[in-house]
Amino acid sequence: MEDFLNIADKSVSNRLFIGTGKFPDKRIAGDVIRASGCEVVTVALRRVDEGSKEENILDYIPDNCTVMINTSGARNADEAIRIARLGKAMGCGNWIKIEVISDNKYLLPDNAETLKATEVLAREGFSVFAYMNPDLVTARQLVKAGAAAIMPLGSPIGSNRGLKTEELVRIIINEIAIPVIVDAGLGRPSDAASCMEMGCDAVLVNTAIATARNPVKEAEAFNLAVKAGRIHYLLGSVKSAPHAKASSPLTGFLRDGK
Amino acid sequence: MKVRINGKEQDISGLENLCELIEERDLSGKAVVIEHNYNIIPKDKWRETILDESDNIEIVSFVGGG
Repeated sequence: MEDFLNIADKSVSNRLFIGTGKFPDKRIAGDVIRASGCEVVTVALRRVDEGSKEENILDYIPDNCTVMINTSGARNADEAIRIARLGKAMGCGNWIKIEVISDNKYLLPDNAETLKATEVLAREGFSVFAYMNPDLVTARQLVKAGAAAIMPLGSPIGSNRGLKTEELVRIIINEIAIPVIVDAGLGRPSDAASCMEMGCDAVLVNTAIATARNPVKEAEAFNLAVKAGRIHYLLGSVKSAPHAKASSPLTGFLRDGK
Repeated sequence: MKVRINGKEQDISGLENLCELIEERDLSGKAVVIEHNYNIIPKDKWRETILDESDNIEIVSFVGGG
């Protein structure tokens, strides 16, 4: 079954995107990415210390992956714009995940600043992926501002609490024509499957994979769950009923004819 | 000469341009981007970018992130 996600200037076949933070050892990133089957990964930008022995995360990312730069660390639109431009200068394309956060306890995104940054960066030719609180009005404004995709959160970053925003995300899926990618908080493969079953175009997972006991196996589990959920969505849900409907034939019981 | 590098004030007496600064800090060959007084400077312009008192310099690179 051919099922490509056309997003920004690309077409991807795998609907699991992964973040590259928090790996116990950066060297496993390549194996995790391959096991996940993902074609889109996020990276962040940070200051480099003198004589840094820190290896470049890009060295571990397979060539077939699209790198999306996350503006994490930005507290307002101006900082996000600055990070985006620096990231682009690194020469990894122009896919940018705008993450603007001013709240340190819940790490919830600032929708107003995200919208401002989206307006500027989309105009500059960036493909903007807007991480946001799932709010339909903002989502519509982001579309108008030129976002390539909307990324509503499932629950707070790194919380592994799953899709707590289900009803609000469902509204966005129903009303927004550009791709909707649930990002943040998905803790288990079943969370990812649920997102895909309800019609999300993709999901982005980082913490649940990177901090798993075996990140490579967990990446594989998420890959399968995303595929399963997507297939189910394309087929459509079967009807539910308030009472039982037997699965086995209701004739030919051993007691019959007695 | 005192400049601010990655948020910290530092004395870089003897260094003339961005290229020398990168070499002195052992970052040659690393994938970094430099912002000089809030302008991104492409690598081929590092040598001609002369450092001055109170300049603000940011040196960044990619790290793992979500």
